[in-house]
Amino acid sequence: MERVIEKWQDSISELTLGAAKESGGTRANTVKIGGETGIYFLKGEDACPNPPVIAMEVWDMEPENWTDALKSNFGSALKDPAEWARMCVEKFKADLICLRLASVHPDTKDSSAEEAGKTLEKVLKAVSVPLIIVGSGSHEKDNDVVVRCGEVARGENCLFGIAARENYKTLTAACLSGGHSIISEAPIDINIAKQLNILICDMQFPPEKIVIHHATGALGYGLEYTYSIMERTRLAGLSGDRMLSMPMINFVGQEVWKTKEAKAGDEVASDWGPTRDRGALLETATACSYLNAGADILVMNHPKAVEKTKEIIKDLCNVKN
Amino acid sequence: MFVIGERINGMFKDVAEAVKKKDKEVIRSLAKKQVASGANALDVNVGPSSDNPKEVMEWLVKTIIEAVGDVPLAIDTTKKDVMEAGLSLCRRKPIINSVNANEDKMKPLFALAKKYKASVIGLTTDKSGIPKDSEGRLELAMKIIASAMEHGIDTSDIYIDTVILPVNVAQAHVKEVLKTIRELKVLADPAPKTILGLSNVSQGSQAHLKPLINRTFLAMAIASGLDAAIMDANDKDLLDTAITAELLMERQLYCDSFLDAYRKK
Repeated sequence: MERVIEKWQDSISELTLGAAKESGGTRANTVKIGGETGIYFLKGEDACPNPPVIAMEVWDMEPENWTDALKSNFGSALKDPAEWARMCVEKFKADLICLRLASVHPDTKDSSAEEAGKTLEKVLKAVSVPLIIVGSGSHEKDNDVVVRCGEVARGENCLFGIAARENYKTLTAACLSGGHSIISEAPIDINIAKQLNILICDMQFPPEKIVIHHATGALGYGLEYTYSIMERTRLAGLSGDRMLSMPMINFVGQEVWKTKEAKAGDEVASDWGPTRDRGALLETATACSYLNAGADILVMNHPKAVEKTKEIIKDLCNVKN
Repeated sequence: MFVIGERINGMFKDVAEAVKKKDKEVIRSLAKKQVASGANALDVNVGPSSDNPKEVMEWLVKTIIEAVGDVPLAIDTTKKDVMEAGLSLCRRKPIINSVNANEDKMKPLFALAKKYKASVIGLTTDKSGIPKDSEGRLELAMKIIASAMEHGIDTSDIYIDTVILPVNVAQAHVKEVLKTIRELKVLADPAPKTILGLSNVSQGSQAHLKPLINRTFLAMAIASGLDAAIMDANDKDLLDTAITAELLMERQLYCDSFLDAYRKK
């Protein structure tokens, strides 16, 4: 039987994160994502030059509501972002670190832009992989912080988030000035996602430095909505829509570890399997679904889930050890 | 929508004048302006009054390439030697504008298409002129497609021009042209592309009505499945209409800045 191979009109933009010394940064490893000329994992088409990568989440403060199943993997490193980041890279083989500046939120520690900058500096020194930096979710505060952090990491070609339709200008300007890439987010609305990318590009931001986040739903919590919108985005991008032909990211760990299935202890949910494994399994299953939807970066939390997902990526991409 | 800019044609006074005086600047600026406005390709026609059409075609093509580089060109002539002179200078996949359904026209021009890996615009006309109805147009379209296939030309490289006549002289043709566009899509697999020499629809109408007729007809043709048009690329309202019609036909994903989004492509 004849093998039908789809020829797409366009390809997804290829983006390098991190900058080595010769490009003005200090990263020993840079990471290339995107560049797909077709759908992921269709054997024989060689459509994906860069396998998906995994970033591990590191907070600038000890996460208060993480469960023991998650916390116990990191021990005292949770109190020191630099140490935590080092552990994720050296012990758990994270391709990138995603630094979450949770402490700047007025409802947590309300720490200053200056303090966030210092934390970022330490993390940059502690690890040599590229960094993703996301704010606390408070628009006003994050705008303050991102300007400082964009400066501190100047030349390092980090990926900064998260730009939303109501709040993208400061972040875009900071990324432009510091030479960084940007995450644009429009929750489950492909038309607004496209519009936001246009607005960002109207500020002379290069489209090939945008990474799309549609929202991430954990398995059982709306995953299928995100999945189908990611598929539509990828197909539109491959069909020539330049405002959607960008790599995509999912914050898998953050969403999975909010669910009761991941958090409930053995005492309340003994027939769901042991708490020790349950969250990591849910995280792995969620991550794998997004791989199939076209995710280029997965941000994850549990080391076991990271390990398993990396194995699956290798297997799917036919990467030989 | 694949837009072929119509402006570099010796029928226009400024082009005829520029050709006569060998004034490259006029041609260059016409080329640049059309591309900047959104033309995906440029039509090149030496016009009727030239004594040495081959030499003029070469001069025009070279001048345009100097100005806009790799933009594809549609070489618009009925003379085979003029056609070849233009095609041989093109850097990007050129377009032959045009063949009709006469065997003696198709044979040499399809051979040229093969030689220069060109796309071909096929007019649904033959010795007996332009058919009155859709059936007649479809028959000629099939003749062109069959002949192209015999010559080893991919159907997806064929643009069928269903030939629109001015609405003020042949009003009944408009419906037939639209019907032909719709039906062509089921004639062959892969289907040939469809194209129109758009401005012809308003030829002879009053000047202030022409743009309105052009853009209304274009929207109707896009709704019928039109893929390409030779048209005034500098008419912003016309291009906006084309973009919007394509949006409404779901050929582009909606966003509020859909006009900008199309132009950013």
